[in-house]
Amino acid sequence: MSLEASQLKGGYRDRPIIKNLNLQIRSGEWLSLVGANGSGKSTLLKLLCRILPTSQGRVLLNGKAIHTQPTHEVARQLAMLPQQSPIPAGLTVQQFVSWGRTPHQPWWQWSLDAAGQKQVDLAIAQTQLQNYRDRPLERLSGGERQRAFLALALAQAPQVLLLDEPTTYLDLRYQLELLELLKQLKQHQGLTLVTVLHDINLAARYSDRIAMLCEGHLWAVGTPAEVLTPANLRQVFAIEATPIQTPIGLQICALGATPNSRASPDVLATNPHP
Amino acid sequence: MKAVLFSKKPFNFTALGSQGILLVLIVGLLLTVLIALMQGSVQLNANEVWQSLLHTGDPTHQIIIWELRLPRIIAALIVGAALGLSGALLQGMLRNGLAEPYLLGVSAGAGLVAIILITLGIWQTWVPLASWLGAVVAACVVYSLGHTPTGVSVERLILGGVAVSFLLFAIQTVFLLFAEDGQVQAALIWLTGSLNGRGWGEIIMVMPYLSVALFAGCLLGRSLNILTLGDEIAVSLGISLGRSRLYITIVATLLTAGAVSVAGLIGFVGLLIPNGVRLLVGSDYRWVLPLSALGGAWMLTFADLLARIGPVELPVGAVTAILGAPLFITLLHRQGKHSAHH
Repeated sequence: MSLEASQLKGGYRDRPIIKNLNLQIRSGEWLSLVGANGSGKSTLLKLLCRILPTSQGRVLLNGKAIHTQPTHEVARQLAMLPQQSPIPAGLTVQQFVSWGRTPHQPWWQWSLDAAGQKQVDLAIAQTQLQNYRDRPLERLSGGERQRAFLALALAQAPQVLLLDEPTTYLDLRYQLELLELLKQLKQHQGLTLVTVLHDINLAARYSDRIAMLCEGHLWAVGTPAEVLTPANLRQVFAIEATPIQTPIGLQICALGATPNSRASPDVLATNPHP
Repeated sequence: MKAVLFSKKPFNFTALGSQGILLVLIVGLLLTVLIALMQGSVQLNANEVWQSLLHTGDPTHQIIIWELRLPRIIAALIVGAALGLSGALLQGMLRNGLAEPYLLGVSAGAGLVAIILITLGIWQTWVPLASWLGAVVAACVVYSLGHTPTGVSVERLILGGVAVSFLLFAIQTVFLLFAEDGQVQAALIWLTGSLNGRGWGEIIMVMPYLSVALFAGCLLGRSLNILTLGDEIAVSLGISLGRSRLYITIVATLLTAGAVSVAGLIGFVGLLIPNGVRLLVGSDYRWVLPLSALGGAWMLTFADLLARIGPVELPVGAVTAILGAPLFITLLHRQGKHSAHH
């Protein structure tokens, strides 16, 4: 299951944010998108899952353009979790997760079939929400709620899962719990993961590869060690930082802000990784 | 049962579950229909009603039941169901509990056309069809205002509805100001909504297509469920935002326009009933939609019964507002306390 952006251009109507970007996401890998605020990480993620229309180029899921395929067929293979979503009142975890089966159900089917129910049970078990089945969503803590949203996406049985800042509203422990869970899903089910992560150290720790964005361009892509170099961090994030090998892998120690601010267009012209 | 009836705590209807509420609504509706058939200037007992329904017994009773009460009750049932369902569809689609059937300019469009015909005293028999057309045209204008290249925007729909409604209401007011007294009264009754004198003619006109729209509306529950989770999750789950919003708007508009063409502008049913149903059964629109239709039918039948048993017959719209406003305030109050607990 591969996902590929080819000469992709797009964003909002009057403001193209992603400019001519090529990126290949391999089957079963965890790719994180990192970059400064406004670099186009979330926009790229939304283009990759057809929430935003492309103005040029294509996104290919297994070689087929996703923006022109029937949307429910894409939904059987690819799921996306946004940063924040409205929660309808009075909806239990069980009901909510069962809605994840939507793309697999014919429109006239009132309730789940046996296979669908099995997938919902599995998603609830994987996210350890068995004891919360009958609890209304609004009465869950932030971490439990994020797990419920993940369960919704897992009930969809996707092969590719895109997550927009899944750790934003969570405290440190829930952040680690969620990312460990994703890691297990990747290892045991071969789930392909694309995440937007603000925390560069979490990205370094969990991702197989990192794509670094700068002003709508792909600045660098590769393993954390290849991408998170002092030079790249200086030019993309405008920070002085040193990568350090630790027991949990490569981590970035930020020393301070670089005096003469962020990458300018002339710097982009000298991009070492076209 | 005794313990439930006499305990001091208010009975918790949410414990009944969706099926329980469905049962309560059906039983309540049937009882109300029976009482509505019995009550009126000529009181009939259940036996006489039954005999008249079977075309036996007193011929006068048969005429009262078949020509007066039954068509009026059926009109109340379908108009109430249409308003309840339409309100539930729009509240779900716009993710806003304050949405109601008239939000998309339907009432203003229908109202303007009806008022023009009534105050000018022309083509009176065409008021139902003309108001239907006015409703549909106004809704189309609002829908096109809500449309952007990236799809239908919920905020733009609401704002467009408000703007178009204000404009049409203003024109309507001008016509009312220049009308004669008798015509103003007729116009006001139409604007408040009334089922007085509705017969088989009106029912046969709207019944076929309203039945189809009611059925189609109830099938939109699953799409609505997903739409309440926000645009991004809806897309992720494979819902086409543009197409599903278009279907919902079409069905809601046809339901409201049909209701308006029969009974004028009856308020509060489409606002109150879906909110009440959601408080009782939660946000699963597979249940909220059919239960809102049933609840709307019940509320309007009941309100119409109250409207016609007093010494002076009131327009049913006035009764729904008098009944509905305090009920709505109570619901809001309860909801406030409910959310304060969490």
